[in-house]
Amino acid sequence: MSLEAPEPATQADVGVTDDGLDYDTLEALLGDVVIDRETHLNAEAFVVQPDRVVDALSVLKNKAGFDHLSCVTAQEYEDRYESIYHLKKFDDPTQEVSVVVPTSVHDPTSQSAESVFRTADWHEREAYDLVGIEYDDHPDLRRILLPETWQGHPLRLDADQEQPQVVPLREHANPLQEDHPGGSDTMFLNIGPHHPATHGVLHLKTTLNGEQVADVESDIGYLHRCEEQMCQQGTYRHQIMPYPDRWDYISAGMLNEWAYARTAEDLADIEVPEYAQVIRTMSAELCRIASHLLALGTFALDIYGDFTAIFMYSIRDREVVQDILEDLTGQRLMFNYFRLGGVAWDLPEPREQFFEKTRDFLDELPSRLEEYHNLVTGNEVLQMRSVDTGVIEPEVAKNYGCTGPVARGSGIDYDLRRDDPYGYYEELDWDVVTEDGCDNFSRLLVRLREVEESGKIIDQCLNLLEEWPEDERTIQSNVPRTIKPDPDTEIYRAVEGAKGELGIYIRSDGTDKPGRFKIRSPCFSNLQSLPEMAEGEFIPDLIAALGSLDIVLGEVDR
Amino acid sequence: MSSHNQDTTVAQTTQEARMGEGVDDRFNSKLREAFGSSPFILTKFDNFMNWVRGSSMFMLQFGIACCSIEMMHTYAVKHDLDRFGAGVPRASPRQADVIIVPGTIVSKFAPRMKRVYDQMPEPKFVVSMGSCTCSGGPFQEGYNVLKGAEEVIPCDIHIPGCPPRPEALVYGIAKLQERIANGESSPVTVKPYELEQFGDLEQDELVQHLADQIDEEDLVMRYNWAESQ
Ligand code: SF4
Repeated sequence: MSLEAPEPATQADVGVTDDGLDYDTLEALLGDVVIDRETHLNAEAFVVQPDRVVDALSVLKNKAGFDHLSCVTAQEYEDRYESIYHLKKFDDPTQEVSVVVPTSVHDPTSQSAESVFRTADWHEREAYDLVGIEYDDHPDLRRILLPETWQGHPLRLDADQEQPQVVPLREHANPLQEDHPGGSDTMFLNIGPHHPATHGVLHLKTTLNGEQVADVESDIGYLHRCEEQMCQQGTYRHQIMPYPDRWDYISAGMLNEWAYARTAEDLADIEVPEYAQVIRTMSAELCRIASHLLALGTFALDIYGDFTAIFMYSIRDREVVQDILEDLTGQRLMFNYFRLGGVAWDLPEPREQFFEKTRDFLDELPSRLEEYHNLVTGNEVLQMRSVDTGVIEPEVAKNYGCTGPVARGSGIDYDLRRDDPYGYYEELDWDVVTEDGCDNFSRLLVRLREVEESGKIIDQCLNLLEEWPEDERTIQSNVPRTIKPDPDTEIYRAVEGAKGELGIYIRSDGTDKPGRFKIRSPCFSNLQSLPEMAEGEFIPDLIAALGSLDIVLGEVDR
Repeated sequence: MSSHNQDTTVAQTTQEARMGEGVDDRFNSKLREAFGSSPFILTKFDNFMNWVRGSSMFMLQFGIACCSIEMMHTYAVKHDLDRFGAGVPRASPRQADVIIVPGTIVSKFAPRMKRVYDQMPEPKFVVSMGSCTCSGGPFQEGYNVLKGAEEVIPCDIHIPGCPPRPEALVYGIAKLQERIANGESSPVTVKPYELEQFGDLEQDELVQHLADQIDEEDLVMRYNWAESQ
């Protein structure tokens, strides 16, 4: 903020009072842009005209300090289309406001927010792709997740999900054909979608000038498996919970499940017993460790091409974590352990054995981390490769909506576990890790140090669980068999996933299934910032930057 | 593999005769035991090739979705698929014999996967790992999801599970190796998209009907072939 606003302290506080945000002040600030007001469970929403979007958002960003466009949700109603911009502050994410932009059924066109928030670029392309809302002045409104040849928009109300589609084979044209387009001295290079360095099925269209990256464009959608549709078809109580496991599938299952649990519990007003919260906190942090370890292993794989030492070490430690999680949940990867109102079952019997096993892992952790620091972060070769490469400045990162270790590696002190507390985190003693380097190395360091912090959290949770009186071990509150929230209740809630802010928007329509279910994926926003990191760098640094972003395509494409 | 089914006691005696007294069979290999003292094996060349083929398979390093995490664990420590003569992930399809398809296949990726498969040299084998590759799995109803890898490439082994445990994957691959060693090399299955390449098929009504649907350039990825007859 401080860069463009002369008096940031006063300006960012518009409408901030001791008991939360005063939306009337904000409305006055916005003036005649606002035509209506709605109340969502998480925040108030201002309804604005489709051609005043930029006005509304830039006032909120520059005058009121809402510098984080967390998510853009598009949806169709019987009588209108709607785009919702969920805004937050990086300084205090509990201060939220939404901007609702309705458009007519016949001409769903509204103004693009891209000029205010860079991150809106991809979000609006997705909205166009899946729901079919057009955005005026958008720099590049194309399909993003589905193939170019797709007919129709699948999340419209009248869309036929079974309709056969033609995806042409000519799409897999010889990549070398396009070398040296137009006889210029740059070279076009496809990386992926099947390439060992892309961590899954990502396609990077890079333009090279010599060995330097002149331009890089990510082509995503190779794993778009309709997660939102699946969740909209499932009932709140049981049928949705298995899907979050499959968004960020690098063992981060519980963190994702928590995103859904938190949103649905707030939506349906369900209490969670404290004991269950402690178990949730513990298991979620175990997942974070497993996830960060894989990020470390694959990053080393990208930098050294070393399949034998560091990668195997991190897999070995992951196996230990996965064993613990399997004891707890019964599955190695797709846990499906959270339930609305608690968790599926208590710790495994005999409890002592479980505690001992987990403690053994925690006792071992410091020495393992030391080894990683010796092998990786203390290694001169890796430092030469990763320090000062893939730099992203904090202001840029904020503009792109980066969160998680990517933001914290750029010195943005933003962690929802502390800033928008849920679960048992508030009661525990741990720190948010930030690094100021803004480069690949910092992001790696943040992850390693977070593993340490997660270890601390787990340790405290174990202490609590060990001493928990036997007759107070309630793992689930009473939850009705069918959950039917009041019609047209809207909510957006986020948790700190392994990769950053994982948010979910749900609109209920009075049935036991969500009317609209939208996932805000941290990797989606983080990946969008790749060109900022990679342009002007060498190709190997592009690969390193991609590795340090630690994306998982299941979550990018959903 | 057939070999001399020699009585082991005879082998033992021959061994003694060859190696002299006092040497126990601590250093004796199972293979030697099976072959007896003869340095020759008599077998069909085909059998030999199958045995070789099944005992040393190069996998394609190919990850799609969640199942590939378990696949990585299968390659790495603890499960170590390489112990069974099938590990060593190769980055290039041109160097690989086996492709494990670990994940959900969506419309945009299917043509690319077909291409990777086409780039592999014959004989090639396909292991479809996970419910998604068998049938579309949890995402079967998704508008963008293929109902199994078999709509695009022929599969030899299906390993159900979401995701299958590494043990299951090891078992599936061991089964595949066993089949290959027994001479059941990859069946030449005519997949609908290959009809034109198999132009010497008898042009009956069905073949004609299916072939008509295929444009040289375009591949209909979400077509329900089973019902189009
Ligand atoms: S079968 Fe399950 S684990 Fe495997 S790719 Fe499909 S959803 Fe993921």
